[in-house]
Amino acid sequence: MYLKEYFGTIFRTVKSLLGGMRLTGYYFTHPKEIHTEQYPDNRATLTMFDRFKGEVVMPHDANNEHRCTGCQACEIACPNATIKIITKQELQADGKKKKALDTFVYHLDLCTLCNNCIVSCPSDAIIMAQTFEHSVYDKKQLKKVLNQPGSKIMEGVE
Amino acid sequence: MQMRLGPNRVGPKGSMQIVADTVKLLLKEGLTPSSSDKFLFNLAPIIVVVTAMLVMAPMAFAKDLQLWDLNIGVLYVSSVSSLSVIGILMAGWSSFNKYSLLGAMRSGAQIVSYELSIGLSVISIVILTGSLRISDIILSQNDGWWIFKGHIPILISFVIFIIASTAEINRAPFDLAEAEQELTAGFHTEYSGMKFAMFLLGEYINLFVVSAIAATLFFGGWMPLHIGHWEAFNHVMDYIPSFIWFLGKTFVIIFIIMQFRWTFPRMRVDQLLNLEWKYLLPLSMVNVLLVTVMAIMGWHF
Repeated sequence: MYLKEYFGTIFRTVKSLLGGMRLTGYYFTHPKEIHTEQYPDNRATLTMFDRFKGEVVMPHDANNEHRCTGCQACEIACPNATIKIITKQELQADGKKKKALDTFVYHLDLCTLCNNCIVSCPSDAIIMAQTFEHSVYDKKQLKKVLNQPGSKIMEGVE
Repeated sequence: MQMRLGPNRVGPKGSMQIVADTVKLLLKEGLTPSSSDKFLFNLAPIIVVVTAMLVMAPMAFAKDLQLWDLNIGVLYVSSVSSLSVIGILMAGWSSFNKYSLLGAMRSGAQIVSYELSIGLSVISIVILTGSLRISDIILSQNDGWWIFKGHIPILISFVIFIIASTAEINRAPFDLAEAEQELTAGFHTEYSGMKFAMFLLGEYINLFVVSAIAATLFFGGWMPLHIGHWEAFNHVMDYIPSFIWFLGKTFVIIFIIMQFRWTFPRMRVDQLLNLEWKYLLPLSMVNVLLVTVMAIMGWHF
């Protein structure tokens, strides 16, 4: 009884092993389906997948407006102080003073690309871009200001 | 085979990668841990490489191209290849690192147990040939290779030999003791530079040697494909030089062993030893009985 099970195991094993070898043999003889990205040669056509986390950017629309209210939720959510929000008090149309964003300082050299800031933003002001070639010779180029000069917040964003 | 390309930037299509790797390893700092046993630490890679190369002495690379045709050729090969265990255990012990020691112990257990299956597979050919001398074994395949002449039992023997040899040379899927992701590279963790290169070199030489032995015992070494006594066919086959036969067979077996590496996942140490003691060894023993019966009754070609 045990003998039947023993030889059964051996036959099943050999069959599955040979099946595996047949597959790799097929891949060896049909080299069309290579998955390796030949990186520096294919930069023209290379796109990353949708959820790729490259760096944090703040999208601006055609009128140079962004959606950031200066609430500092992303600064609080960031695990290693990569984001520093500098706010100012802005005079509103109806005479009241309201907190607004002055400078959004983003240290790309510290960022772990963990996505916490984007998840915690209540007004969808920041997204992850798909650029990944961040190497520079001068470290000061990695300390970025995300809001463009002269931009202000869009209407109706809270 | 895994649908991905290897390194292809160095030289045309990556052919100079090996040279680049060798030069890199030569120029690396050869670090010796301060609390290691210096004599053993330096001796271990030497032993591994020297035993690997010693086994090449009785190999017949072509007709009349055999360095040392001793009358116990097969026994010599089997015993000298067992000496590499000492090198590995030395490497693990002298590294003064408990994880290296664990890796070396596992590797030692693995090599020692798989030698039994290799020995029994080799014995099955020796039974049919009646001689331990390598040139006799090759000449006895003048009318056909043993894998065709001794049909099913020798085929089983060959399969067991290939599996046990891949385990013997610590090669995937049995490379638990030395893989980069296991126990921080096992027994050769503390080695750098040329000593590390010696371990790798020893492994690759062993790969070649083991394939050469399989080619010699089962596929006729440098003997061309002869079928029985078909004189005309045999005569045509003899035109192809014998070293091409030998190298061709060896490379096919190396290809099979390489395909094992890129197809199968790594085995855990208990699964590895399980395979040997519960499956390969009983099968080899029964197989030796079958081959003996076959040899006595004359049921082979």
